[in-house]
Amino acid sequence: MAIITSDPKVYTIRDYKSPVHNTWCAGCGDFGILNAIQLGLAELQLPPHQVAVFSGIGCSGKAPHYINAFGIHTLHGRVLPTATGGKLANPEMTVIAVGGDGDGYGIGAGYFVNAGRRNVDLTYLVFDNEVYGLTKGQAAPTMQKGLRAKGMPEPAIQDNINPLALAIASGYTFVARGYALQPKGLATLIAEAVSHRGTAFIDILQTCPYYNDLHTKEWYSEVFDHEPRLYQLDDTDYDGVVRDPTNLDEIVAKKVQAMTKSYEWGERIPLGVLYKVDMATYEDQLATGRPTTNGATGEPNLWNRDLSSLLNALR
Amino acid sequence: MDYNSDLTWMVGGPQGSGGVNTAAEAFAKALSRAGYRLHMNIEYHSNIEGEHSYYTVRISNQDKRNLSEKIHVLVALDEETILGNTHNEWPSHHGHLAQMAPGGVVIYDGALKLDQSGLRQDIRYIPVPWDRLLREMLAEMGRSSDFNTLKPMTNTIAGGASAAALGMDLRLYQEGLRSVFTGRRAQLAEPNVRAADVGYRFMQEALGDHQIFRLIPVEPPAVAPMLLRGIHAAALAKLRAGLAFQTYYPISPATDENVYLETYARAQGLVVVQVEDEISAINMAVGAAHTGARSSTSTSGPGFSLMIEGIGFAAITEAPGPVVFIWQRGGPSTGLPTRSEQADLNIALHPGHGEFPHIVVAPGDIHEIAEDSFESFNWADRYQLPVVVLVDKKIGSGYVTVDDLGLDKLPPVDRGARYKPDGDYLRYRFTDSGISPRSVPGQEGAIFWTTTDEHDERGHITESTANRIRMMEKRMGKLSLAAREIPSSRKIALYGPADADITVVGWGSTKGPILDALEVLAAEDGVRANFLQVRLLRPFPIEEVSRILGRASRTLLVEENYSGQLGDLIREQTGIEVNQRLVKFDGRSFSEEELVDALRTALREGQPRVAVTHLLP
Repeated sequence: MAIITSDPKVYTIRDYKSPVHNTWCAGCGDFGILNAIQLGLAELQLPPHQVAVFSGIGCSGKAPHYINAFGIHTLHGRVLPTATGGKLANPEMTVIAVGGDGDGYGIGAGYFVNAGRRNVDLTYLVFDNEVYGLTKGQAAPTMQKGLRAKGMPEPAIQDNINPLALAIASGYTFVARGYALQPKGLATLIAEAVSHRGTAFIDILQTCPYYNDLHTKEWYSEVFDHEPRLYQLDDTDYDGVVRDPTNLDEIVAKKVQAMTKSYEWGERIPLGVLYKVDMATYEDQLATGRPTTNGATGEPNLWNRDLSSLLNALR
Repeated sequence: MDYNSDLTWMVGGPQGSGGVNTAAEAFAKALSRAGYRLHMNIEYHSNIEGEHSYYTVRISNQDKRNLSEKIHVLVALDEETILGNTHNEWPSHHGHLAQMAPGGVVIYDGALKLDQSGLRQDIRYIPVPWDRLLREMLAEMGRSSDFNTLKPMTNTIAGGASAAALGMDLRLYQEGLRSVFTGRRAQLAEPNVRAADVGYRFMQEALGDHQIFRLIPVEPPAVAPMLLRGIHAAALAKLRAGLAFQTYYPISPATDENVYLETYARAQGLVVVQVEDEISAINMAVGAAHTGARSSTSTSGPGFSLMIEGIGFAAITEAPGPVVFIWQRGGPSTGLPTRSEQADLNIALHPGHGEFPHIVVAPGDIHEIAEDSFESFNWADRYQLPVVVLVDKKIGSGYVTVDDLGLDKLPPVDRGARYKPDGDYLRYRFTDSGISPRSVPGQEGAIFWTTTDEHDERGHITESTANRIRMMEKRMGKLSLAAREIPSSRKIALYGPADADITVVGWGSTKGPILDALEVLAAEDGVRANFLQVRLLRPFPIEEVSRILGRASRTLLVEENYSGQLGDLIREQTGIEVNQRLVKFDGRSFSEEELVDALRTALREGQPRVAVTHLLP
């Protein structure tokens, strides 16, 4: 989807690149996601100064530095509250939040759930590599019970969470899975997520060549009975889109279908949109509506409030 | 017979029924409208329904800065209000009877069976059957069927009875009622005026010649004054400052400010978000500050404990805010959720790991709350840092009569150094002042990056030693800049003679109580004392405090916490040890009598530490 602006400039992927030295490891899946974000922004033709990328802490948290857009690298686990504040205070901005699986599903689990309840118009991309890379490979909340990646002294004895099912239960209105090493397909998925009105969530399967020696590029590429492990829901007759958002029965049926699909893991792993519904955003429902803004800076213009009725009510 | 210019009225009863709140607020509002100056406090339990709660209303023709614990007229909605819950194994209070001034009047619900034998004989106990009186009045008016809808008027009957017991002119109370019941509620004015008369006549008859008190008459003011709480003053000043974004997680006693703002959010173009915890609250507010909104969050001690990582976040990323309000309650941990204390100074000064600049200010009264709440946003923008406003339950929940909060006399909004198109924009550009002009997301040509990692001028991560040293100096230098630029008059205040024999030191809501107590000590004991109020706590006014305390002959600290946290801070910052520490940590603020008595004891006996223990409800 292209957004028509008065600016005749056509944005290419180069406009979203920042010249900063990249400290990710060679072959890291994060490069694929970074590329996909930049491609997706170009696909949407969003002017860089109208995009803000918020991030958590970890390898993925460095992503905003590599993107030519407003970049706000926040705290571990707190990217969603911070991005929410940024979006609600400056609703003209396109807001993308990024973070790792530990960031989003471990230390940030409470915010992950509650962001789903709000449906603020932003996009949340989770770089899911099942390990804590920057601290040398401990199990993240998506590491399956019984598995042991090379940085782990013992196999995991905690169960893994299912982020897609959790997102669906939490109220996210766009829930999808992507794969880091298919940047073109991921770019289209990201563009779709950014265009979605409401909170769009993509769990992105990402390889960590350094610490995840279990779910590697090769593992994801395996083929069983001539069928690749990773397949696109779009290539099947799966339909996760709610047609009538006022129909609670349809919503529940589509959620149950998506949850079931989210447990498909092993020889076949689905990619694409599991669930999508158009609902009023948080901003739509705000009692405030939108504060009047100053055109030059997008800031709220609230300097000359009439408080006489408040003062009189206290007399 | 002389008039009384200082009487205290109290209403107590089980909380949650609406009786105590409604009776107190209606009576107080009518008195305030009539022209009396009130100082009013609420005490309640962390409980929804049933536990003892009470309002204390000090009534005068002049502004009072504290409560007296002496009660002249007590309205008791239950027996516990009078006698306490002494039948409990661990009684939480012993009733308000002990506080009654000789000749005082206890007005209680006629439905109660109060055994008066064995109770103090210098008090009059008058049962008032307000339900029956209301029924009779409505019958006379031919409106018996309206009893249920008009039942709140029993409060006005109790008010009329109270007015008679206080020896107040009935017409003044009725004028007050007429002024309260206007607009859509105008049809309630005359029935209430009549109910006041019913209660008043009943009480006059019951008291007979036992009319001890005679409240001084006042002139109804041309413009009705406000009956304001600290939370109102903060919220109004924040709105005046252009607050665009407020977050909160429900917590006593901060919730009142947040819900008040939420109530007016639509009309005032304000976004208020109720979040999942205080960590979310602070981070959301930081996000809003970075994208251009004046943002704030209001909490209490337990919430602030969760927020501290967000303060460091705002500080290292040089966000213009947020402004964080701590309405202190009794700690530690869950502590005393609905009671007052000043024990969060230490955490306000040291929120989190590492070293970073932030400002901490502690207003001492309702006017200073308005000034400091407003100015904090200017400081946040000007110095690009978070600001903590340290207030407490007492000053936040209590009401005082205010003619003008001064919202039209506040200084201009100052949003600090802003981006101007200049080619290569650097969000953290090194400048002489240490302040880098900031842009707002959406501004073309002004893209910035920021990170909680140490960063370079562009906002990208770097671990370079040279950069680290300059960035630390840039950030910390802003604190020195603020210390130089903020005028002394906003940092401290010295009340009383410069060459006093005794200098009392304090901060926050004890300001009024200290000033009132020193007036009493001057008048009754001839004590020549002055009072140093420390208002700005970070950056600490080292020079001003050192100068004043350095020349003081004898110094005495007053704080509502266990250890005397300001005393420790003064020693740390100036090397001066305050001679005596007078502390109170039972969750109840100093009453006037208690503070006067404690100061007398401390001055007489000279102990280094005097702990005041309150035995009132």
